Amino acid sequence: MTTQELTKLALRIRRHIIEIITKAGSGHPAGSFSAVEILVTLYFHTLHHDPQNPKWEHRDRFLISCGHAAPALYAVMAEAGYFPVEKLATFRQFSSPLQGHPHNGSLPGVEISSGSLGQGLSQAIGMALAARMNNASHRIYCLMSDGEQDEGQVWEAAMLSGKEKLDNLTAIIDRNGIQIDGLTEDIMPLEPLKNKYESFGWHVVESDGHNYPELINAFDAAAKTKGQPTVIIAHTIPGKGVDFMENNFVWHGKAPSAEQAKEALNLLEDR
Amino acid sequence: MTEIVNPPAVGKSTRDGFGQALLKLGEENEQVVALSANLCESTRTLEFAKKFPARYIEIGVAEQNMAGVAAGLALGGKIPFMTSFAAFSPALNWGQIRISICYNQANVKITSTHAGLSVGADGAGHQALEDIAMMRVLPNLIVLSPCDANEAHQATLLAAKHQGPVYLRLGREPLPAITKPDATFNLGQIQTVKEGKDAVIIATGSLVYQALQAANELAKQNISLAVLNCHTIKPLDEETIIQAAKRYGMLITAEEHQIAGGLGSAVAEVLSSAHPTPLLRLGVNDSFGESGLPSELFKKHHLDSQAIIDAVKRLIAHTQYQIPNT
Repeated sequence: MTTQELTKLALRIRRHIIEIITKAGSGHPAGSFSAVEILVTLYFHTLHHDPQNPKWEHRDRFLISCGHAAPALYAVMAEAGYFPVEKLATFRQFSSPLQGHPHNGSLPGVEISSGSLGQGLSQAIGMALAARMNNASHRIYCLMSDGEQDEGQVWEAAMLSGKEKLDNLTAIIDRNGIQIDGLTEDIMPLEPLKNKYESFGWHVVESDGHNYPELINAFDAAAKTKGQPTVIIAHTIPGKGVDFMENNFVWHGKAPSAEQAKEALNLLEDR
Repeated sequence: MTEIVNPPAVGKSTRDGFGQALLKLGEENEQVVALSANLCESTRTLEFAKKFPARYIEIGVAEQNMAGVAAGLALGGKIPFMTSFAAFSPALNWGQIRISICYNQANVKITSTHAGLSVGADGAGHQALEDIAMMRVLPNLIVLSPCDANEAHQATLLAAKHQGPVYLRLGREPLPAITKPDATFNLGQIQTVKEGKDAVIIATGSLVYQALQAANELAKQNISLAVLNCHTIKPLDEETIIQAAKRYGMLITAEEHQIAGGLGSAVAEVLSSAHPTPLLRLGVNDSFGESGLPSELFKKHHLDSQAIIDAVKRLIAHTQYQIPNT
């Protein structure tokens, strides 16, 4: 895809996100917006996958551990062809396949159920180990938020990944600097985050989380790294794309009002 | 009806039965893998680890991670047995079992040894008395509690075949053999281990043997106690429980577990909605364990055969006095 196409796609995805969160009356705009370019890079460049065949055995596995970014995931999956875009409007509705946090039993293409933070990386390890046991060459990717690095289980998983030298595993941290109660560095300081993962045996790549060439290079570097897992620390802006939402932690889990949604959609029009 | 196989001088524990079955599974099925949270010798996973090192993952003391890794392995097509002590798993990792395993419907076999008081000297922290309660409330999970090494062996083989998450509750102490080595494990069916006409006890795990000893002693006093082995706590054999309630007019349950939330509670739930019947639940009465010999601890918490004898006599007297037979 050209840069122009990617830009239009990202705007469209952000419009979907605003629309479905507003319609549902609940959801997580900030973390959804910060993850858009990461998810677009994965679903439109990096992942070997087949939206028409979500169970294809040789597919790369993508796990979303920070399940509250579901609006972004669903919008990207719809645009990638996993289900009709019209279905997005059922987000968070009773009986919808688009549950408030992704559920693998409800939506084909979702690998694990999330919403309870800190659990994704462990499951990614399990899949990476299974692939290694089977001599399979598919890769496993796991997106985490920075806030969920607070969970001890994440560090248990980080230790094991280093021990097992899981070079078929790539983690991505959406480093948007916020969590529900405030800035990550006020709630539970994470820095130096790069050093932490390196000391656990990981290869760390830092990237601008909204810059496609950097993200693509980061994923390529991860795929080429042998003998250790890679984590891409993607530096992002929470609420990226809507100026009154950017860098404001109150938008972590708040749905916009109808007027705010209208204003946001204006800002997200194609240019 | 199952006959008692004459107990050998030194019995094997349910964890031993599991360990041997796991080895057999390892030989027969390449997809079977095992995980341990730093307790592989105690959980009888060590032999599997030595024989199939590529299929064994040492997680270290990290039970939450273990649950997630097991889920990922299962979603990747493996049949993982994740092992630890019941006081740690489930316990530390209940939230992970809930979401990563049960909500994901990941085909994980949660295998926990050292359940109950008979852990002994290590004391309360190691004596899991709440794990049945924690596990039976989770959707998509079946809960197995074998009474001896043979039954544990069969339960393990069944667990591997079962499509979906399993909780397998095992103990540390050697137990006399009650079931035969090749007896079929009928999932979800309460087994009559001894017929009786005056009273009935539904026991699970190590308490089945205590109940049999009590029945043998009561027989000398012309009281005929039926002993039922409930090896599947979930799904619970409601039909047999209701039939027993109708036949005997009263029941006793017995388990190495708190009286709240385990087998006794599950039976009470069935009875109160289907056939209200006096029920005496034997179990730990809302306290923690402590260091001691299993025999000392069983005696203190009214879980030995003498306590069962007393309970039977008490219940017979109570119901003869108050409740007419229906």
